[in-house]
Formats: sequence, structure tokens, C-alpha cells
Amino acid sequence: MSSPQTLFDKVWQAHEIKQDDAGQSLLWVDRHFVHEGSFHGFAKLAERNLPLARPEQTLAIADHYVPTRARTLDGMNEKVAAVIRTLQDNAQKHDVELIGLESYDQGIVHVVGPELGLTQPGLLMVCGDSHTATHGAFGAIAFGIGASEVAHVLATQTIWQTKPKQLRISFNGKLPYGVTAKDMALHWIAKFGADFARGYAIEYAGNVIEDLSLEARLTLCNLSIEGGGRMGLIAPDEKLIEFLAGCARTPKGDQLETAKEYWRHLKSDEGATFDQEVEIDVSQIAPTITWGVSPEEALGVDACTPDPAKEKDSAKARQIADSLAYMGLSAGQPLQEIAIDRIFIGSCTNARIDDLRAAAEVFKQGPSKVPGIVSPGSNAVKRQAEAEGLDKIFKSAGLDWVESGCSMCVGMNGDIVAPGERCASTSNRNFKGRQGPGSRTHLMSPAMVSWAAIHGHIADIRHLTNTGSH
Amino acid sequence: MEPFITVTAPTCALDMANIDTDQLIPARFMKEPRSVGYGQFLLYDLRFDDQGQPKTNYALNDPKAQNVQIVLARRNFGAGSSREAAVYALVDYGIRCVIAPSFGDIFSSNAINNGLLPAIVEEADCDRLFDQLNGSFQEASVDLTAQTISVDALRVSFDIRAVWKKKLLNGWDDIDLTMQEKTEINRFQNAYFSRFNWLNR
Repeated sequence: MSSPQTLFDKVWQAHEIKQDDAGQSLLWVDRHFVHEGSFHGFAKLAERNLPLARPEQTLAIADHYVPTRARTLDGMNEKVAAVIRTLQDNAQKHDVELIGLESYDQGIVHVVGPELGLTQPGLLMVCGDSHTATHGAFGAIAFGIGASEVAHVLATQTIWQTKPKQLRISFNGKLPYGVTAKDMALHWIAKFGADFARGYAIEYAGNVIEDLSLEARLTLCNLSIEGGGRMGLIAPDEKLIEFLAGCARTPKGDQLETAKEYWRHLKSDEGATFDQEVEIDVSQIAPTITWGVSPEEALGVDACTPDPAKEKDSAKARQIADSLAYMGLSAGQPLQEIAIDRIFIGSCTNARIDDLRAAAEVFKQGPSKVPGIVSPGSNAVKRQAEAEGLDKIFKSAGLDWVESGCSMCVGMNGDIVAPGERCASTSNRNFKGRQGPGSRTHLMSPAMVSWAAIHGHIADIRHLTNTGSH
Repeated sequence: MEPFITVTAPTCALDMANIDTDQLIPARFMKEPRSVGYGQFLLYDLRFDDQGQPKTNYALNDPKAQNVQIVLARRNFGAGSSREAAVYALVDYGIRCVIAPSFGDIFSSNAINNGLLPAIVEEADCDRLFDQLNGSFQEASVDLTAQTISVDALRVSFDIRAVWKKKLLNGWDDIDLTMQEKTEINRFQNAYFSRFNWLNR
């Protein structure tokens, strides 16, 4: 009898072409997503005059640099327009399918893949973007790669990897009101550190995961890299399989039945061992926000900023002081007193239909006191939101309802937060200057962003029920 | 790729944890072709003020930092995005080795693919190196074969994955190596598609 395997082991094994003497594995890549920023990878390929090994397993999506105010390159910064055109040119030259700026299916790659069913259990997927772990929510091994690796995958449809160690994070208990997958992610990263999962593939498990919507699972896996993990997986279940059966790009007929049978076997066996296991009782999690410049610098919304004077470790104390200074905050300040200048609802983390519904629901309580933009994760999400009238709610709250793209999460298309401005954001990184030079980012869930917008400062979403106004 | 065997050069200590890829190179510079030289963008928002003038109190702007080829930093260096541009910025600036207690996973692979050594040291040894440099830009010697870093009388060892060490020492390129596996890859591909027929396009 074979020994019990983890979900990760099973998927890894199915893709292993060979192992070299040093223990590295050469892995088969099922899907490779490229975006505008992948031009560095294509350039490396061009230098050597190499063709694509399997163009049919590559998909180009324009998201990182696309304008969100219009679906045209007219009036865009010329250099920004040029990288978008380069993606189009490379796709055409190499016979790669393009979901471009004007495509019906355009959106952020990590929203579009799952939405179309391109993301499936058991696949090995890569993309030149660290949030590729998102696709792991559907039971795939998916991870971000650099430009040299992009070139390698384009040229060979394979990638060399050393098998990572395995970490299981189990979320158990009853999720309290106002606490979402975003809060679960920020909570574990704050608790264990932004490099805790470095060198590990994560499997998320526990009763809470089973109850999460598919969108929420994508959010949780999306943030794996913020805790250091290059990949984060969730075992497929009937909820997922039912969804996939109706997707445009999943197999049909007999092939679907064969695929389903395979997907159902993709879970960690009883007794499978992990190199590390942690368990989190979700009933202890509060709505969580970041106060500093790393995702690990996060606290429950009812907390105060830390005091470097109370930190014994001098390097840590200096780190806290530096983060507070950059964020324009003082030690011991209640988080709920922090006034915000702007909000951003969008990104591959939190711009799916569930997220927009949650954010819009809160705006029924009143308008936003600050400006902000809402950028749906894809055209499909945008169409659905408009069918439900969510766009009208955002617009009457005083926000800009814009097109889909990476937008203000990374600021590459010119959607930026001004220097010194403070932004409540549903995105994934609060790094210094992430949303623009000198920008100050507070990460939180979509409902928490809306609630902050209504107050003009950070506020506790749990008060929404307590006031009886819900 | 230029092999990495030993490097002896002035070293710059950046006493910060979590120097992420967005700091190593802000996103707005990444639309430039590599040929412009990415060294000018390295740690841009930390090195320059909002007028584009060098901040005099930043270590890398010290006149003594001119020939720096080694950087010493705190934990979780290169965390964040997959942008290889973060490595380009270091390499184009002239950096051959970064020493820290830990590195972002994707940053490490990107570094190896560009001949940049991410040398992992114990926290205590990292403290010793910081104390030894003490704001100077003293020369450090990094010996990849022996896996040691020496500054004056101080000598510490560092960690690196065996396969990465081999690649750096030889200056190997992955694509060339993989192309030699073509037959094996084809054999795998055929078996794979007969097993997972719904994936064959």
C-alpha cells in the first residue's frame, strides 16, 4: 500500500518529469499566464531567438498597466501604452491567445483564470506575478515566477523547482460577524510573520475553509505570498466541482466526468504528514487592518498602534518606529482614530463579485466622506455588479466606478495615491510607496474599507449590527 | 552568466528588515527596457527625495559607498513581488551579493538566475556583521566555495541551497540545461496527455 500523500504531493508527483542529482525537479507546466510586465521574459527569448514550446498552453492577459478610465490607449502615458502594445505584439508573434484591453473577458489574471475555469484542480500553473498562489484555491499548484523563469517556461513548458516543505494552516471554529478571508489572512501573517511560510507550500484546511465561498478561498490563497509562501492550496470540493462544470473553459461531456473523478481524489490523505502544522481558532479573530508597511504589521481594529519603547528587541523597536514614522502615526494611537484621505476597492485580492456586494451593502448606510475608486476584478464581475445595481450604490456614495485592472493596488497605470495621502485599501500590499511614492496604505476587507469611507476614519464594522441600523 | 566564486569588495549595511521588492525598485520604473540600466532605480524612493535629489543621510549615497558590491540587511530581504527588476536594479548597480538572515523565495530564484548571491546568515552572525561594519563601508570577502564571509578578523559562514551554489559557481543557464532534456520532456508530455486527455489542446 502506498503511504498517505498530501494534496500537494499528488499534484507535484503528476508533474515531475525528472529529478536531478541536486534534488531539483523538472516540472511540467499546464498553464502559463503572461501579462504586460512579462516583456522582460519575452525579451530574453528574443535575445536567443527561441520559439515557444507550447503556445497553446500560454495565455496573455493585459491587466497590470491597463487604463481604468477608458478602454483605449489614447491619452495614456506613451511608455505605458507601449508595454501594453508589446504584449499584443508578442502574443501575435508567438501565436498566443490574448485577452487584451478590449476583450470581452478582460480582467485581472487571477480573477479571470478561475472565472473562466482555466484554473482547475490538479494543474500546475505559473505567472510572472507573486499573487499567482490565488489559483491554488481551486486545488492547483500555482506560483509566481521571475522573468528568467518566464523565458524558461516559454521556451520549454517546464520549470526547475526544489520541492518546498509543507505547512498546513487549519482554521477552525465559527467565523465571527465582520470577519472575512482577508482578516483570516492578515491575522495569521501578523501572528507568525511575513516570512513564516518561506520555503513552504501551504495547504489551508479546517471547517472554516469548507464553508468559505469560492471567492473567499481565492482571497485567502492570494495572500499566501504576503506570509512568505509561494503557493497556497485548498482541496477541491463539490462546491468547486459544481462551479467548474458550468465554466466556459472546462472540459465537457465524458471528459468532464473523467476530470471530476480525478479532481475528487485530490485531497490530503488521512495520516499524511506536513513539515509544520498550525491551527487557528477563528472565533478569536477581529476585523484586522494593517497599521505599518509590511502585511505582518497588522492588528485587530480595536487595538492601538504598538509602542517601540515597549519592545525589548532593539532591531524590532527600530522597525516599529520606522513604520510609524512612514505612516505618520504615533505610538499607542487607537487605530479607529486614524483619518483616511481616500479608498481603493479593487485588486486580485478583493474585487470579485462577493467583495463588491459586501462593500456596496455597507454604503447603504451613507455616502463616502472621502474620494475613491472601485475597480471590479474583471469585465465579467463588472457586468454582474451592474446587473445587480452595485455600480449605482458606489456612484451615489460619491465614488468612481471604473474599468477592471490592477489599478491602484500597484499604480502602474497612473492610478496612484498622492504622497502623504492615507488610503484604506482592499489590496494586498502596504509596502512603502506601493500605491505611489509616499503613499500610506491600510489593508482591510471590502466592508471595512466602505465603513471607513462612511466615517472618514478607520472604524469597526462590528458596530454596524450593534447600532441596529443593519 | 558570470560565475560567482569569490568577491572582495566594500560592503554597505542597510539596517532594515523587510526591504521589499517595491522598495528595491518602485513599480513606475519597470516599463523601461533593461538596456537603460536599472542601477539608477535601485531603492529609488529611499535614496532620493521628491525633487530627485540624493538624500545625504542614506547609506548608499555616502561617497565611500561608491564601489559597493555587497549589501548587508536584516530579515526577509526581497519579500513581495516576483519582479526580477528588483534583482536587475541590484546587479546593474554593481551588487554581487546580498547578506541577510532570510530572503523572499521568488527573489532568491531570480537572484540565482542573474548571478547574484543571496547569502543566508544566522541572526546572531548578522548582528556581528552589522557591529563589525558599524556604518563603515569596510571590505568583506565572500567565498562561495567555502561558504564564508570575512570582514577583518570576523568570519561567519552562510547558507545556500546546494543546487544554487553549483549554478552560481558555474554560471549555468537553465534554458541550455533543459534543452538537453528534450527527449525526456517529450516522453513525459505524451504520457501526460494520454492520462489527462482533457488537457490536450
